[in-house]
Amino acid sequence: MTLAPNTYTDIPYEEKAKLIEEVMADHRYGEHLYGCYECGICVAACPSARFYDFSPRKIAQAAARQDVELMYEQMNDDVWNCSQCFSCTRCPRGNNPGGIITVLREVAVRNGLASARDALEGYGRVVYKIMSTGTQVSPDMLQPNAFPDWGPHVKAISDNVETWRKALPPETLHTTSTAWNVDEKTIIELYLIWQATGVMDMIGEVDEGLHMILEDVMEDVLDEAGYET
Amino acid sequence: MSLELPVLKERRAERKNAPPPTEDVREKVFEIEAQGDWIVHRVPDDHVEVFTKYGRVKKIPRQNLWHHKSCGQCGHIPGYSTAIFWLMRKLGLAYEDPTDQTSCTAWNYYASATSNAAAQAGVAMRNFGAAYEAGNYPLIHCGTSYGHYKEVREELIHDPELRKQVKGIMEKLGKPFVMPEEIVHYSEWVYAMRRELANLKVLDFSDITATVHPACHYHKLVVEDAIYDRDIYDGQRTAVVTAVVEALGANIGEYSTWYDCCGFGFRHILVERDFTRSFAIERKIEVMKKEANPDVVLTHDTGCVTTLDQSQFAGRAHDRDVGIPVLSDAQFAALAMGAHPYKVCQLHWHNTDNKPLLEKMGIDHESKWAEFEEELRMIEAGEKEFLTWEDADG
Ligand code: SF4
Ligand code: SF4
Repeated sequence: MTLAPNTYTDIPYEEKAKLIEEVMADHRYGEHLYGCYECGICVAACPSARFYDFSPRKIAQAAARQDVELMYEQMNDDVWNCSQCFSCTRCPRGNNPGGIITVLREVAVRNGLASARDALEGYGRVVYKIMSTGTQVSPDMLQPNAFPDWGPHVKAISDNVETWRKALPPETLHTTSTAWNVDEKTIIELYLIWQATGVMDMIGEVDEGLHMILEDVMEDVLDEAGYET
Repeated sequence: MSLELPVLKERRAERKNAPPPTEDVREKVFEIEAQGDWIVHRVPDDHVEVFTKYGRVKKIPRQNLWHHKSCGQCGHIPGYSTAIFWLMRKLGLAYEDPTDQTSCTAWNYYASATSNAAAQAGVAMRNFGAAYEAGNYPLIHCGTSYGHYKEVREELIHDPELRKQVKGIMEKLGKPFVMPEEIVHYSEWVYAMRRELANLKVLDFSDITATVHPACHYHKLVVEDAIYDRDIYDGQRTAVVTAVVEALGANIGEYSTWYDCCGFGFRHILVERDFTRSFAIERKIEVMKKEANPDVVLTHDTGCVTTLDQSQFAGRAHDRDVGIPVLSDAQFAALAMGAHPYKVCQLHWHNTDNKPLLEKMGIDHESKWAEFEEELRMIEAGEKEFLTWEDADG
């Protein structure tokens, strides 16, 4: 019996079960789940439970019951609410609901679920930055239109960013499009890691445009460095 | 109405001889070396021994550190990284600020899930290999990188297939396959060095009260590896940051939601910031104000400084009870030791008004800002290319 609401009825059970098996086969999964007391301690500690219709207890329970329908529903409608803070590791049973969510998200991305694509919309720029430059956050990301709720201070930074970066004593920080100066050889090594680990396929599942741009950038750099692409 | 409960001051929870409830992964790290699978990067002899959650000893290297920088710190709050370097320079300790370092890429793990175990481990081991090649010990600036690398270490220990795959990738890159003996966060170094730092303080902070936000990815991931100290919260809460505040002679303000996260949320700070700022204001800043009314919030991770600081602007617009400046422990210690608030601590990158704090610290922010503006003018006029360390201490 499932505790899932009547959702995703158009998706055959077998398809859902295949994804949930993929989740359970992950080597981290067994370390994140030991059954559940239903005590709710994780919910009390969870920031996302305060502002969303979301509960780490439900995540742990659905997993403990191996409720395929409910887990599939959570994989679509719940997992992106999680803050990945791991406050839920306060669980007296030793569970890690946040860790279960990490695995659920990865399976959702790997299989290109529409909900994962939606959740990651607007993310392309960020994923591109980290994968192509080796640093995630850069000074030139601080633009007033991206952070209107942070006030005029963001505009002050973006107006002065060139000079303010030169006014930093560490020599590696005189950059605006990366957080620090990452050398060329290191970028090549990073691209080789992406190539060797199948990460590019995951990107392709959720954002074809981004996948194409990244492949182009990587190919140019690796070709020039004499690697076969 | 607050309830006065009798407190047994003399009570002290003793672990006695009970074994720690978790395995010591470091033993496994050495076993894997003995099997010939990887090299262990040993903590140099010049180190300080501290205690972790279940009473084990952790070695914190004093110098010859390879700074694994944080992209959020360097990119958006660069006074954070600069202050860490400045502390080392002030103590005369050698360090390396490498360009062959990448971010941990954990953002693609905790935020977007567009990564996998092998890629995450590959990035970690490439950085560790680079530090080993340089002959310096990695010091991780970011709490998320630190927590994440410890998760990666567990995965590599428990999954021989993953280890083999990542070792193969390192061979292809021409990098040694290296696991550090200890994974060390910069705030652990600040904790270990707090007395040496306090010896060099030039300002009296006895009127300053700080509330501390312990970073989730520091003490909630691989919990047994975080530093605890019997003299700080009776060993019931991580001691980093708080012990530094006390060593510098400032006061700790207690508040009830210390365990709550800051609201950063990874994807939320980017695309659902209404959650982030509501949580930061309602569960952290307003509670701190009401219960401790601090002069400053101190924390030891990138996202926490950003979230707790930047979120207050919207709170002000909604007449919420906000307005506490947010700094890192490193910036706080540097200020106590006479660092320039703008040339070193780069406080102009922070949002919430910190002038009242500087005044209370006895720092003349107007003249300091004028000095900094003169440096900016010279850079813009082409009279100097960059602000140097010598300028920063001038
Ligand atoms: S990791 Fe996710 S489920 Fe766990 S406490 Fe944090 S927000 Fe809640
Ligand atoms: S804290 Fe643990 S045992 Fe309690 S409800 Fe949450 S997952 Fe279940």
